Amino acid sequence: MAIPISYNIRNLKLRKGLTIMTALGIALTVTTAVFLMALLTGLQKAFMTSGDPINVLVMRKGSTAELSGGFDADLFPTLKTLPGIAKDTQGDPIASGEWVVVVVLPRKDGTGEVNVSVRGLMSAGLTLRPNAKLVEGRWFTPGQREVVVGNAIHNRFSGANVGDTLDFAKGQWKVVGVFDSGGTAYDSEIWGDVNQIAADFDRQGAYASAYLRATDPVAADALKHRVSDDQRLKLEGTLETEYYEKQTSSGGAIKFIGTFVAIIMAIGSSFAAMNTMYAAVAYRSREIATLRIIGFSRPSILTSFVIEALLLSLLGAFVGIVLILPFNGMSTGIGNSLTFSETVFSLHMTWEVALAAVGFALIMGLLGGFAPAWHAARQDILTSLRA
Amino acid sequence: MKVERNNRHIEAVWSGSLAKARPQRIREKRINPSCPYRDRCFILRTSIIGAVFPSQGILLSNWWAYRSCMTLTRFVTKSAFRNKRRSLLTVLSLTFSLLLLTLMMTIWRAFYIDTFSAESAQRLVTRHRVSLTESMPLFYREKIRAIPGVVAVAPNNWFGGIYKDSKPENMFAQFGTDPDEILKIFTDFKMPADQLLAWQRDRAGVIVDDQLAKRFGWKLGDRMVLQGTIYPMDLELTIRGIYTAPEPTESVYYNQKYVEEAVSFAKGKAGMFAILADSPNRVSTIASAVDAMFRNSPEPTKTESEKAFQLGFINSIGNVKAFILSICFAVVFATLLVSATTMAMSIRERTREVAVLKTLGFTRQSILRLYIGEAVLVALTGGALGCLLALGLVSALSHAPGMSLFLSGMKVTPPTLLLAIIVAGIVGVLSAILPAYHAAKLDIVEGLRYIG
Repeated sequence: MAIPISYNIRNLKLRKGLTIMTALGIALTVTTAVFLMALLTGLQKAFMTSGDPINVLVMRKGSTAELSGGFDADLFPTLKTLPGIAKDTQGDPIASGEWVVVVVLPRKDGTGEVNVSVRGLMSAGLTLRPNAKLVEGRWFTPGQREVVVGNAIHNRFSGANVGDTLDFAKGQWKVVGVFDSGGTAYDSEIWGDVNQIAADFDRQGAYASAYLRATDPVAADALKHRVSDDQRLKLEGTLETEYYEKQTSSGGAIKFIGTFVAIIMAIGSSFAAMNTMYAAVAYRSREIATLRIIGFSRPSILTSFVIEALLLSLLGAFVGIVLILPFNGMSTGIGNSLTFSETVFSLHMTWEVALAAVGFALIMGLLGGFAPAWHAARQDILTSLRA
Repeated sequence: MKVERNNRHIEAVWSGSLAKARPQRIREKRINPSCPYRDRCFILRTSIIGAVFPSQGILLSNWWAYRSCMTLTRFVTKSAFRNKRRSLLTVLSLTFSLLLLTLMMTIWRAFYIDTFSAESAQRLVTRHRVSLTESMPLFYREKIRAIPGVVAVAPNNWFGGIYKDSKPENMFAQFGTDPDEILKIFTDFKMPADQLLAWQRDRAGVIVDDQLAKRFGWKLGDRMVLQGTIYPMDLELTIRGIYTAPEPTESVYYNQKYVEEAVSFAKGKAGMFAILADSPNRVSTIASAVDAMFRNSPEPTKTESEKAFQLGFINSIGNVKAFILSICFAVVFATLLVSATTMAMSIRERTREVAVLKTLGFTRQSILRLYIGEAVLVALTGGALGCLLALGLVSALSHAPGMSLFLSGMKVTPPTLLLAIIVAGIVGVLSAILPAYHAAKLDIVEGLRYIG
């Protein structure tokens, strides 16, 4: 017969101070782990959702990022005529030749200057990124020194409101709109007319990359191969999703350090939980002996104490998750080794993260609780009663 | 003061006339005259107790203290480890927490303090004002050279090539420069003169960092192919020299003329300039002089000290400072909780004992000190173990391949260790204050009645 859980709950309540302190210790570990997991989730979201599976990114063969590309503008009309490209309402193929350059802007809070990506695109470039929605103002007019800024830029940099002017390259640029692409990497970009931007950076007559919108995912895959296999072009096509997946690797350092920190903290907390549980067992040795005499078996005592440890760690997990909630949505930037610029992403709490945190805490509870529970179950009845 | 007098009075009553004759000796409270451990660990105990209880520490150093067996130190040590399992678990828990703390402090050091040698303070980096990816005209070099205080200046171009494949362990920095001048700027790079000469004579030559050479097994005369990503060309280089730098640089240097001849748009351009100033004090004046010179030109510049330039890269990883600080804070707080829980448990267990001690004449202060000493001892043990683990782990990690540029030179320094130990000690004191205060305040009669 199993010992009812209410017995464990009562015991945890009885030793309030100890329970709270141990649970807080576990909670701190959980908080750290959740913080790191939520950060990674946010990072992944920023990069994974940036790509559209039917967009094909074309760059010069061998270049790994839009920044390091550059091919002759004469090739662009050839690209446009490739089969499999979707047509817009006027019947023109949806293709955009683009430039990505990096500029330095001062942060709003005055903590220094940060590299920011500026993307020059054709008006078709807006059509093939339906995720990007205007939240304020209007889109830039081709042929004008006008830019629209991503949400993250709008929030983090001064002079990035509608009506302001941004100062980079050869002069001033008027901010005419703010767009939101739903937390993707585009939110950390500034968009303007490709010809204007190329002129400012002395890059006329070439494009760093071209985006082609295929009719469907199958056509996208075919289009990708068609571009790469064409010997005349010397270009390479990648799915936009693949390109951004590669950029997620800039979170590798956070992932490595995060896992490392979480594991070491978990080991420390397991020892602390073990301590508390050993104390609980020692404190109740007579009680345990009595339970045995009444007829509870060794396995049920073992289970009971393991459950008590798990309850303790669950409490810790709960407190830990509550502690991190105020930080949900907090945003931070991460440097990208491929684009040299900062991508902003936010701490993103999801159910998966919360569940992972609970699982993490339960593992700590199990590690810390098993040995004391084993000890409790193995106690000699007579010696314990005499103690 | 009044309490102190009171204390003497109780002691005198307890030990009779002897106490009046040699008050110092009574303070030592000889409990077991035939202790077998009397000579062991005397020095260690004296020093630990000396740190925690200054007055007793002095007393211990006298002859009587040496003779006496159950000293305060011994009492503290015995009580700290009376419940072996609990002490062990607490020590282990603290060990891992302090290991983490030491590692975080080491990373902090590696990022913000260590990477800069004395020679580095004399160097500057000039780049295009708009961004790192823009290049400047090469004639800027001679104009910069004319600025007073500039000793040497050389172009430094990022090649960004791929060696073998794009796996992280095969990544390193490649810079195109002028072999005639670059080592006059990087004065802390050591390379034999004949190797320098060989590099200067071979336009397709390259010099490599000795750590990098060890990692890839490169020898002089080996061939290396770098596939270009920014420039549409591949570099086919021959290793002509292996240099030693104070910190691992993870870099190779080749002759920029090679790229200029192969790629038309690279001709007459420079991505960065490395500048050597004649003294560290001139660095900021030179930086503003360079930027002022090109302010109104089509290619304005940004010049900063080498340190500021590198910190810019670290800042781009994200808010590293806040990240490390918050982890440190969480760790210290968790450590405090663990230690406080243990002390609360162990002091509560000994309620009766406290009452007995008080009956024997121990004052509130000495009981407070006893328990704080106990907590400090446990915390310090954990701290010391954590430091040892950190030392081992860091030396293992820093030799692992594929660690990024900044972590490769990581070292745990004595100040870091000292700081970790001090934090452990403070945690020990703080964790014991509340439970020890309760114990000290305990009413004797009630304490004796306590049955647990």
